[in-house]
Amino acid sequence: MPHAKLPRKSTHIDMTAMCDVAFLLLTFFMLATKFKPEEPVVVKTPSSISSIPLPDKDIMLLTVDSKGRIFFAIDNKIKRKALIDDIAYERDLKLTDAEKTSFALGASVGIPLNQLKSYLSATPEQQKAMDQVTPGIPVDTTVNVPTNELASWIKSARNTNPQLRICIKADGEASYPNVARIIKTLEGWKIFKFNLITNMKSIPPGTAAYADSHAPSSEKK
Amino acid sequence: MAELDTSGGGHKKGPGVKKGKKLSTRIDLTPMVDLGFLLITFFMLTTTLAKPKTMEINMPYKDPTMKDEDKNKIKNSVALTILLSKNHRIYYYEGIGDNPDVQPEYHSTGFNQKNGIRDEIIAKKKMVDDLKRSGALTAKDEATVLIKPDSTSTYSDLVNILDEMNINDVKVYAIIDISPIEQDNIKTTETANGIK
Repeated sequence: MPHAKLPRKSTHIDMTAMCDVAFLLLTFFMLATKFKPEEPVVVKTPSSISSIPLPDKDIMLLTVDSKGRIFFAIDNKIKRKALIDDIAYERDLKLTDAEKTSFALGASVGIPLNQLKSYLSATPEQQKAMDQVTPGIPVDTTVNVPTNELASWIKSARNTNPQLRICIKADGEASYPNVARIIKTLEGWKIFKFNLITNMKSIPPGTAAYADSHAPSSEKK
Repeated sequence: MAELDTSGGGHKKGPGVKKGKKLSTRIDLTPMVDLGFLLITFFMLTTTLAKPKTMEINMPYKDPTMKDEDKNKIKNSVALTILLSKNHRIYYYEGIGDNPDVQPEYHSTGFNQKNGIRDEIIAKKKMVDDLKRSGALTAKDEATVLIKPDSTSTYSDLVNILDEMNINDVKVYAIIDISPIEQDNIKTTETANGIK
């Protein structure tokens, strides 16, 4: 008995179109991604319900690790160059142009000023090793003493970019006096508004903030 | 999933005829698509995760030249003083504790969900609201929390208590240095409660 022979079709699908789409999206994400700046130490920030995103530019980042060591960074390469020029002049550090470029291209620094020259002339691998043992930027409770090097960094950074927003990214395990000294230094320069970087946490139900976020239009008395 | 030779083979011309084997020009794109999507996934995850959140904080304006009479005085009845101590313990007392003769009663609590510091803050807010309604306080008065972290507290304690301020919608709060008397009082309370 003759039966209708189904035409054999190839099971292959033309992948070209799918490939095109995949790589188009890939290109988009690659261009849109802004990688996290390299951090010298691992910091586990505490959580809060605050949901204000970190601004993209004009940031001064003060990182405090669990042992209380302070690292300092600002974001813009050109501003970093101006900053290192300024602080080298203020503190008479005698840095070469190559060392200044090394600072401009680098990330956070957490080294006392007297070791800054040797730190900047080192290779990136050596710098990483030094980051592990550095005592961090020295800080004090008043701004007008030369031992408060963080105060000099903040002053120079604000000279180069007055719009800087100050963000403190501290480890939850860092002890309060370490953070308090930073806050005191900021207050010394009349900076009373700054940001603390935290992780997201959901708002606990049954509280005032929960009621606010779930009924934003209805005015509370 | 290798590409099959679909060109039909070279058998029809007979044995004497040599013919170059026809190879398909089609390339299997599946692995390439796999790779593409893998990379897309990677970039998608890295972009979304690298957005940290911040908490804005305003410290009270401080100026050494400021005169004492220009400073705002907080009323004792609206204030709640919170002392942060080691092992995430919290001590708190009503009022601002400015009377050196009468030391306020210290209570101890923690950041726990139930019976923690949150309940105390809510109770304080309610108390201030009640006093406002009864006319003992003016409409301008707000529940005020004074945060005094001691030297053994950690940064996470500070963030947690500031977060409680946001959670409970406390409008007026300040971070203040702890006084030596309060340090001593914490010690006394610790020994009284048997905490090392």
